[in-house]
Amino acid sequence: MQGDKIMLAEQFDTMEQQHDAARLGVWVFLATEVLFFGGLFTGYTVYRYLYPQAFAVGSNHNNLFLGTLNTAVLLTSSLAMALAVHAAQLGKAKAQFRWLLITIAFAFGFLVIKAIEYHEHFNEHLWPGPGFTREMSNKTELFFIFYWVMTGLHAIHVIVGIGILGVIAWIVRRRPFTGHYYSPMEMSGLYWHFVDIVWVFLYPLLYLINRHVS
Amino acid sequence: MSAHIVPVRTYLVIWLSLMLLLFATLGLAELDLNPFNAVAAMTVAVIKMLLILLYFMHVKFSSRLTWIVAAAGFLWLAIMLTLTLTDYMARGGLGP
Repeated sequence: MQGDKIMLAEQFDTMEQQHDAARLGVWVFLATEVLFFGGLFTGYTVYRYLYPQAFAVGSNHNNLFLGTLNTAVLLTSSLAMALAVHAAQLGKAKAQFRWLLITIAFAFGFLVIKAIEYHEHFNEHLWPGPGFTREMSNKTELFFIFYWVMTGLHAIHVIVGIGILGVIAWIVRRRPFTGHYYSPMEMSGLYWHFVDIVWVFLYPLLYLINRHVS
Repeated sequence: MSAHIVPVRTYLVIWLSLMLLLFATLGLAELDLNPFNAVAAMTVAVIKMLLILLYFMHVKFSSRLTWIVAAAGFLWLAIMLTLTLTDYMARGGLGP
């Protein structure tokens, strides 16, 4: 059909090839992100191996309820994102917009809960530096350096994700995607699911160390 | 496009599995499995990651090329972790 050619860029032969190229590009970017966070995970692994008790003490000072809740929030946001892509594939205009808004709402929820946690941590003097609580060793302070940097970097990714999804939602409101062309929706989804995966690993590493020891 | 459309029901099943795994990892953390607590937690995390990768991120329905690039990122991370840890673990005098 004549109309089908509109979204096809010059260098591609078919829409499918264009879609595959877009997906490949996003995955190459996600591979760099894996290594970006990977450096922090590697550092964490080394120091946890060297100072397991100190890390356990630090982990026990994290709010297990809020951390678990946040994990559930992000997992559910991924479901909403998948359903948004699904709606886009089927050309459902209202549904894709609504599921995007729901995803963004959950993302904000995550940030709010994180802010509450950070506030608690500040009040307990768990910010590394001269003001760090003297009740814990400097090895535990090291745990909290990793905690703040890793969750902080992750939170920045969540904020960027909200920005991206917001732009997509704005586009979708005026011109919804269809089964013929929905790449931006799927590619944004890939980024969002990646952010979720990072948290899936942050949660046990930061919240679940030695929880069985009362 | 001939993209595979995953049914809504599949997404819901995956989400439910993820939630159950979340409570599983929480439950396992409360048990004393020393020294395997960390192993158990990481195993559950990897399973959750695979579910998200394969179904939410459509890797199961994507080309081999996508699969290879996705795996490559994690492969290089594995190399970084393995070589770094073998270095630290092999040093006498350092250690828990």
